[in-house]
Amino acid sequence: MTSLSDRPVKPVVGMTVPHESANLHATGTALYTDDLIVRHQDVLHAWPVQAPHAHALVAALRTGPALQVPGVVRVLTAADVPGLNDAGTKHDEPLFPTEVMFYGHAVCWVLGETLEAARLGAAAVEVDYEPLPSLLTLTEAMHAGSFQGHQPTVSRGEADAALADAAHRFSGEFECGGQEHFYLETHASFVYVDEGGQVFVHCSTQHPSETQEIVAHVLGLHSHDVTVQCMRMGGGFGGKEMQPHGFAAIAALGSVLTGRPVRLRLNRTQDITLSGKRHPFHARWDVGFDADGRLQALKATLTSDGGWCLDLSEPVLARAMCHIDNAYWIPNVEVNGRVAKTNKTSQTAFRGFGGPQGMLVMEDLLGRCAPLLGLDPGELRRRNLYAPGQSTPYGQPVRHAERLTTIWGQLLDRADVVRRQEQITAFNAAHPHTKRALAITPVKFGISFNLTAFNQAGALVHVYKDGSVLINHGGTEMGQGLHTKMRQVAATSLGVPLATVRLAHTRTDKVPNTSATAASSGSDLNGGAVKNACEQIRGRLAEVAGRRLNIHPDDVRFYDGRITGIGFTDQVIPFAELVHDAYFQRVPLWAAGYYRTEGLHWDSARMQGEPFKYFSFGAAVSEVEVDGFTGAYRQLRTDIVHDVGDSLSPLIDVGQIEGGFVQGVGWLTLEELRWDVSDGEHRGRLATQSASTYKLPSFSEMPEVFNVHLFEQATESGVVYGSKAVGEPPLMLAFSVREALRAAVAAFGARGASVEIPSPSTPEGIFWAVEQARAGAAAPAGSETSPVTTD
Amino acid sequence: MDSIAVTVNGRKRGCDGVSPHVRLLDWLRAEGLTGAKEGCAEGECGACAVLVARPDGPDRSRWTSVNACLPSAVAFDGQEIITAEGLGTAPGPCTEQDLHPVQREMVDRGGSQCGYCTPGFVCAMAAEYYRPGRSAVPGDTGQPGTAENRTADGGAGLDAGHACGPNGFDLHALSGNLCRCTGYRPIRDAAYALEAPADTDPLLQRQDAPAPPARHTRASVDGAEFVRPQTMEELFDRLARDPEAVLVTGATDLGVDVNLKHARPRLVLAVDQLDHLRALTLGADAVEIGAALTLTEVEDRLAGRVPLLDQFFPQFASRLIRNAASFGGNLATGSPIGDAAPALLALNAAVILASADGEREVPLDEFFTGYRQSVRKPGEVLRSVRIPLPLAEQTAFHKISKRRFDDISSVAVGVAIQLDGGTVSAVRIGLGGVAATPIRARATEDALTGQPWTHEVAAAAAAIMATEGTPIDDLRASARYRSAMLEQLLLKFYAQTQSDSAVEVPR
Repeated sequence: MTSLSDRPVKPVVGMTVPHESANLHATGTALYTDDLIVRHQDVLHAWPVQAPHAHALVAALRTGPALQVPGVVRVLTAADVPGLNDAGTKHDEPLFPTEVMFYGHAVCWVLGETLEAARLGAAAVEVDYEPLPSLLTLTEAMHAGSFQGHQPTVSRGEADAALADAAHRFSGEFECGGQEHFYLETHASFVYVDEGGQVFVHCSTQHPSETQEIVAHVLGLHSHDVTVQCMRMGGGFGGKEMQPHGFAAIAALGSVLTGRPVRLRLNRTQDITLSGKRHPFHARWDVGFDADGRLQALKATLTSDGGWCLDLSEPVLARAMCHIDNAYWIPNVEVNGRVAKTNKTSQTAFRGFGGPQGMLVMEDLLGRCAPLLGLDPGELRRRNLYAPGQSTPYGQPVRHAERLTTIWGQLLDRADVVRRQEQITAFNAAHPHTKRALAITPVKFGISFNLTAFNQAGALVHVYKDGSVLINHGGTEMGQGLHTKMRQVAATSLGVPLATVRLAHTRTDKVPNTSATAASSGSDLNGGAVKNACEQIRGRLAEVAGRRLNIHPDDVRFYDGRITGIGFTDQVIPFAELVHDAYFQRVPLWAAGYYRTEGLHWDSARMQGEPFKYFSFGAAVSEVEVDGFTGAYRQLRTDIVHDVGDSLSPLIDVGQIEGGFVQGVGWLTLEELRWDVSDGEHRGRLATQSASTYKLPSFSEMPEVFNVHLFEQATESGVVYGSKAVGEPPLMLAFSVREALRAAVAAFGARGASVEIPSPSTPEGIFWAVEQARAGAAAPAGSETSPVTTD
Repeated sequence: MDSIAVTVNGRKRGCDGVSPHVRLLDWLRAEGLTGAKEGCAEGECGACAVLVARPDGPDRSRWTSVNACLPSAVAFDGQEIITAEGLGTAPGPCTEQDLHPVQREMVDRGGSQCGYCTPGFVCAMAAEYYRPGRSAVPGDTGQPGTAENRTADGGAGLDAGHACGPNGFDLHALSGNLCRCTGYRPIRDAAYALEAPADTDPLLQRQDAPAPPARHTRASVDGAEFVRPQTMEELFDRLARDPEAVLVTGATDLGVDVNLKHARPRLVLAVDQLDHLRALTLGADAVEIGAALTLTEVEDRLAGRVPLLDQFFPQFASRLIRNAASFGGNLATGSPIGDAAPALLALNAAVILASADGEREVPLDEFFTGYRQSVRKPGEVLRSVRIPLPLAEQTAFHKISKRRFDDISSVAVGVAIQLDGGTVSAVRIGLGGVAATPIRARATEDALTGQPWTHEVAAAAAAIMATEGTPIDDLRASARYRSAMLEQLLLKFYAQTQSDSAVEVPR
């Protein structure tokens, strides 16, 4: 048995291979949940009745008129629930609410022979509402003292005293917007009672086990009565970690009550208005630097907008608080956190899980303070990077902190920053109406679920008598390439060609009690479990081979489907032949694998411990060009150096880095959730509830030159084949674009002025910032959001 | 009545009894062809894109990418469609050898992650792959220009110009496709790696034959009717009998209403294949553009003849939409944020309205009467758009939006200015997004006319332009920003007219 991180000679991991479903994707033959309905008969379709109030009591609900609509089969209401009327894990999300908590909240669901019938039926349901006062913005909620859940504190040292002693001290406020996941595949569930009497749930879910548990508790069944399968998702990004459960439960309830398959697929409008999003955050901060610009103290209060229920808001807040340091050493820290309760959709997991919001507070702060310190922002950042031996504010040593400075240096060289800075200066001098700028920002991101118990995984690996291999594991595929990597892990571990390993769909009856595929941990956890299962089988096969080759089992080598002894190759046993022998010697050819991440502990009350197995590191340099007439901008070039350990699958990892980066750019610059905050009749309605009003990055938001380099010789000990997680950390590389925009705006104004830009920094936001820079003013005096120097 | 049928991937599939309200996408999926996906149901994401054989002159056809989520299935009666499933040679799990070249490049370069948008990307990419005239650019490396020569200080480089790969692949072919996973770089690389199709490629060969002729389709299901009249007389006759009938060309507006607002029109009259509405004539004193020509067809056939429209086309929605949408539709819906009107107002265009009683010409600035209302009477059909010649010397079309590709205007400005020895002899400015209808900036025009074209005059006029219209706050922009943009865009236009003599050249 080798260590988890050791790679054998010529491993299949590390090879550049396409996504395991790429052929199916490209030919339109990859199936997603809603593609299954044409394979079934008598399918019923579900449509919600959505409340037109931000906050109201449901005084009466009359379903009779709906039942008069041709094709309507049933209206599902709270009275139909045999188990628990609850769609969440915190028991604050009734599946059928009596109190409407946000505009569009579904109060009941109509089942129809066709989608059109269900829609018309929903329109016919009569609901009497008693409107109640509502809170929509973070400002409103903070003013009203509307909070939910715990209010933790992370602290180290003496923040107040250090602030008082600091050579330079600034304070300010910051607010960033939320983000809609906008997975191209909306939420979809398809449920029937199968030939064995079990409730079979096809669901686009990142967390099949939790979907199973909630379907079971709604139906009043045991978990073993419900099987959830996720073939693949058309994107997840965290939006399918908690959100699918209630929709699956509705479909399951309908199926159990009617005896027919029920399809619940949200259209885009329904998906955006019903499901959770990234948390907007508000921050108030007080920071102190020494005379050289080194951070001395930070005091901050983070307030997230949790929407109407708790959902994952507490762990999201915890991760934000654990990432406000980003990559910087701050000796004295006091960060307080709280979750506001508002009459909006639930806010939930989204790639980065609060980390981006916490880190953004710090990067915004540094971008605003650098001119006031008389420092180049890049230099201010470099000067404050963690050094080996230093620990985070919550007490975790930053192992491999030297990688930050190494990556920083490599990136400056690769991106040719010095020469380009000169070009930019010349360009700007020659162009009064157009300005360019570049900026460099770092990323440090902790990997593991903050909740230690989630850091475990299972797998089930079968070797058939012909030598073919079938693997199951608890992780779900949402495009991130987990299944591709797991095939590579299995092929490496068993020493067989990749083509002999097939992967079966994720199902709760194959691997139970799984964690969500989230927190970037899918490959670490499931890879450990797959490898463990494969090694059990390989160990047994080595016994068989050792006997045949007349050598010690430890000296048997498995590679490319050929089994030999160490150091000699005159006797070669084909893998299928060895498997055949093993079968006849009655050696089990399958194994259940298990993995738990070692070395984690976390005290969530004190917010101290070592919650992360390791940190991912990276940095990006981005160059932008801003049109002074309009505030419109282009991304000219981005260079990235990112640490994925020793990559399990380079094509996949580069894809995750690029995709995460562009998604981060979308959040920071383009994507804007606009709610009706007026006192009109549509108060609380999401105005941007479609692709035509909520704009995702398109080709025009891709950097025109885009270079991604994987940090080399980066073996991560204690992780499967020396790799590192990659799903979330690259999203925060997008800070470089935001900071480049800030620098380009500054170039329109007086040198050394602090520039504030909103988040998202849309062209309109940039235009007003340019106007302010041109006016030569820092923010107007008395503005709450302006950094105020007190030295 | 003839049977309604659509040929999909070479197989004819009956479409009788399908409601006219059923979109092509839903019908394809119900037929088991689930490759095309619904991502947004409003023509914004392209996950539903398919190929349709459209006329390319009388003797040839062209594989044209369109969104399947917007048009009715029955609108494709008699037509030939290819979906992602039909591009490769094998259904179901297939090997590398079975993949279409577009599919193979997407697979090898990591162009798919979750894969949900991929079938649509593959179709949009295939249309560009087969585009006649797409050819390698000698010496082009596919990299964008060097930073030094990328932009003009007027900011023209920020506008959505065409970007082509070394193989002549126009990236705007993919401007209507959204991917939430990849960040697009591998998709661009796949597109730019495509070679010319093999001579033996059956889809290439198909383009050498005419597109299927228009069929006299009539579908009537559950009180909803779809009719494709064969002649203007038949069209006028149906309109006379049913003045509430909805006219469609590409259904890029109606389809959104059907999907998102659940509009269920009782009678739809498809006019997109009526020859009388599909003429484009380049006369001595006017360019006349058939109202039912798609914007892509107009773009191709004008071939740069109207420089303002050359700036306008790449900023109008996406290629997928331009392959379906028409000037007639964009003007007739009368949206205050439709982009065609501000461009055409600047060009002093008129519309020709045809009815059973004959034709009349209405200047475009007299066409709109209120929010989504016009002088078009019941029974009248918008036949063509007439742009008088000669064109003004200096023209521009500027659009303010959050996203450079495929977005809806916060503000759109068309400007056409004639200079006579440095003096403004004539000027027309069309504005979108600042009033209940598209409008002309008449006060600004007055302030410029007869004045020297100097910075002082332009700045004074720009300040007046900021007061034109009655812009509102909405989800796209604040009223304040819209007004500021009116001012800024005139200043930007002025700067661009001055930069012609400067060293910077727009890419």
